[in-house]
Amino acid sequence: MSLVDLSQEFDSAVLSRVLAKGRSTGAGFSEVFIEDKRNMGASLDDGKVEAVNSTRDSGAGIRVINGDTTGFAYTADLSEKGLLAAAEAAAAAAAVGDGHVHTVSLGSVARQQVNNVRILPTSVPKARKVELLMIANDVARGIDQSIVQVSAGYSDATRRILVANSDGVFATDEQVRTIFRVSTVADGDTGMQTGYDSVGYTIGFELFDEESIEELAQRAARQAVTKLRARPAPSGAMPVVIKCGSGGVLFHEACGHGLEADLVARGASVYANRVGEQVASPLVTLVDDGTMSREWGAIGIDDEGHKSQRNVLIENGVLTDYMWDHIRSRNDGHAQTGNGRRQSYQHLPMVRMTNTFVLNGTEEPDDIVRATEKGVYVAKLGGGSVNTATGDFVFGMTEAYLIENGEITEPLREGNLIGNGPQVLADIDLLGNDFAMGNPGMCGKDGQGVPVGDGQPTLRVKSLTVGGTAA
Amino acid sequence: MSRHTVDDLQAIADAIVAEVRDGEQIAASVTRSTETDVRVRNGEVEHFVSAQSQSLGITVIQDGRTGSSSARMFDEASWREVLAEARENASFGSIDEFAGLAEPDGVEIVEQKLWDNSLAAFPTDKKIEIAKDLERLVLAQDPRLRIDEADYADGATEEASATSLGIRSSSRSNSCYATVSVLVDDNGETQTGWAYALGDSPDKFDLPAAAQKAAERATRLLGAVKPASRVTTVVLDPMVTAQFLGIISGTLVGENVVKGRSIFADRLGEKVASPLITLIDDPTDSRAYSACETDGDGLATRRNVLIQDGVLQMFVHDAYSARRANTKSTGNSGGCLALQLVPGTKTQEELIAGIDDGVLIDSVQGLHSGVNPVSGDFSTGASGLVIRNGKTAEPIREFTIASTLQRMLLDVQAVGGDVDWLPSRAAGLSLVISGVTMSGA
Repeated sequence: MSLVDLSQEFDSAVLSRVLAKGRSTGAGFSEVFIEDKRNMGASLDDGKVEAVNSTRDSGAGIRVINGDTTGFAYTADLSEKGLLAAAEAAAAAAAVGDGHVHTVSLGSVARQQVNNVRILPTSVPKARKVELLMIANDVARGIDQSIVQVSAGYSDATRRILVANSDGVFATDEQVRTIFRVSTVADGDTGMQTGYDSVGYTIGFELFDEESIEELAQRAARQAVTKLRARPAPSGAMPVVIKCGSGGVLFHEACGHGLEADLVARGASVYANRVGEQVASPLVTLVDDGTMSREWGAIGIDDEGHKSQRNVLIENGVLTDYMWDHIRSRNDGHAQTGNGRRQSYQHLPMVRMTNTFVLNGTEEPDDIVRATEKGVYVAKLGGGSVNTATGDFVFGMTEAYLIENGEITEPLREGNLIGNGPQVLADIDLLGNDFAMGNPGMCGKDGQGVPVGDGQPTLRVKSLTVGGTAA
Repeated sequence: MSRHTVDDLQAIADAIVAEVRDGEQIAASVTRSTETDVRVRNGEVEHFVSAQSQSLGITVIQDGRTGSSSARMFDEASWREVLAEARENASFGSIDEFAGLAEPDGVEIVEQKLWDNSLAAFPTDKKIEIAKDLERLVLAQDPRLRIDEADYADGATEEASATSLGIRSSSRSNSCYATVSVLVDDNGETQTGWAYALGDSPDKFDLPAAAQKAAERATRLLGAVKPASRVTTVVLDPMVTAQFLGIISGTLVGENVVKGRSIFADRLGEKVASPLITLIDDPTDSRAYSACETDGDGLATRRNVLIQDGVLQMFVHDAYSARRANTKSTGNSGGCLALQLVPGTKTQEELIAGIDDGVLIDSVQGLHSGVNPVSGDFSTGASGLVIRNGKTAEPIREFTIASTLQRMLLDVQAVGGDVDWLPSRAAGLSLVISGVTMSGA
């Protein structure tokens, strides 16, 4: 069983007419983005499978660019009539009105196979998905009698997209993602603590042949149990060691967003006008790679029809390039980099990350801890956010420990870490050789969420501010 | 019953729930909406979004098992498909003896003004002018300012819902706002600020006030340094207080209480906050931005006093958590809907005048990543102004403030009288909290 390429369901002559209608008020560029998305999700809480839900959402977004003005309209009506009406609305929104007919011819469909799906989630009985939730619940509760609550979530998404534009781009992709999450609550003398872990890839239901739900549930439960004996996190600036595969969000916030060409063009990034300059410790080579098969941010094409690719953003600490979408590329005469993404057909594309990661260094991870007299070891980071204009960013630590005399000692309660992007990048003084990708993430920008991946080896930042309450 | 009906949508919702079978409950919600979004930069329209959308959601409960499904089309063939899917999904749920839709409880709806005709008739070209005006007004404030983006947005939604237990409601609502985010450069340093303008219709916007606020937010942080770590007293700006109340509200939601995820689960009738704190959820108060007539279960919303003079009075419940807790729904499906603190009498300036050593918290960053409402740990990035001898002094940034939710409520030293009906589910006012750890250099 395989997915039908959307180009088989839409006549290129119809798409050409829609694109021509988009340009009917004189615009230089028109684009149709068609999306057909199915989601199935089930959640368990308090021992019960309480919600089984499925959604189908399909529609088209029509974008018309006239000079510096973009007109945009979307519709759930995928008939030719519906598409033409949306194109007319988008054209009117971007109108200068030369009234000429601009014909558009589309070539053959461009595709890039990045992800391989063995078992389509839609082909798996829902009962099997629900069964996984019960397993996670039983395993997590069995870890320790202090576990008082467990919730688990299964969700899969099957997204087929088609992009056609007046430059002749005609491309399709199918993106199948499957994810499983477990949250736990443990109760002890000092109150309640929580644990969380997730696993997700851009693959189908074979996820569960490759990954153990039992181990995932055990990790989520142990995290909460361990934190029952956690003491308040320290406050102030100190060395922070971040475990491999847990802290990619640091780079996502410290520099990832600041390297998005739209923010750079607006002068809202501390990394603007700094290509060729040393912006990080020479240890740091940062890559954004949409072709990284299976990873959470992997895509065959971006949501503007451009093939995904591997882009080196920082090489040995030197800024080499930003990430680009159609508009920024056109305005700056730069090649697109496969980073034009959108949440859905109801949204305009913009510059977004895919899988963003730091390449391996040479240190043994144990040596990094041993070299640290006193500091914090972060085993799991939570979310984060950044003000790209100032570079100030925060990220949460959901599992962390004290480092005392070169050893990992007591667990710490949760808190935020705060730093300034360029300063933190410069302060990375030890980089491990144990690269790993982290948990699947959802990146929010301008109200839109897209799936992204991140990764890094174990590393040390020689000074970061830890936002705890202890002296 | 709300005064406005959306006949075609109501007919669809009614037709869906009429399909109900023995041993089954059905809830259906049908929505149609439009949106306009204009972004202006440097006096030009950067984008103009004009769109219509619709959605249909169906929940089915069969013998204690719940399933749901949704789609974007609601012709009969589509809704029948969605209903069949929701039924199938229900068959995979666990049996929950407390599952079930809300029973009508006879509470009368307090009507709200949710629709404005002048907004509905507002011409498109004038919407673009509003965004351009806002940009121009900001730039006139200070030559060092740049515009990051200036936006005008509005939306209108028509919704009808029905349940097989006889709850029917329909409504029509529209709203609009303008926002601006700005950058200010000085001596190689950049700071940011933002502001918004609100009103029933765009002609009620106070654009000059928004422009002034955005400029003030950005420029007053110029020269900010990282402070030393210490324990101090903070004054939360109204917007920050609203965000704080949003976090507190999760601990007072019945579902979290019955599932053992609330730090206040066993504390009814006990002192959980300073006696200065009286916290009310009142979506029937028309001054609240999130005022509404019905909750997610279709029951009329109502005024609920959650904390009175520091003593925990009640939790909020939807039909499900109420049944589990052996109580009645408080009309809070969806959680706390419109929180407000009973205000004190002092202005922010007067509150600051009473503080020798503290920090005015202008904005916070990372509430989603550094606050855990289950453990109560609170840690957030912040920026603001030092308070010295009763006056605001130099700006500071890149630090965190930390405490626990439990302690912060008890450590409230003063509640301001400066109520701000913010575009959020909580109104803001200035709040003074002692014993907060500031972590910096």
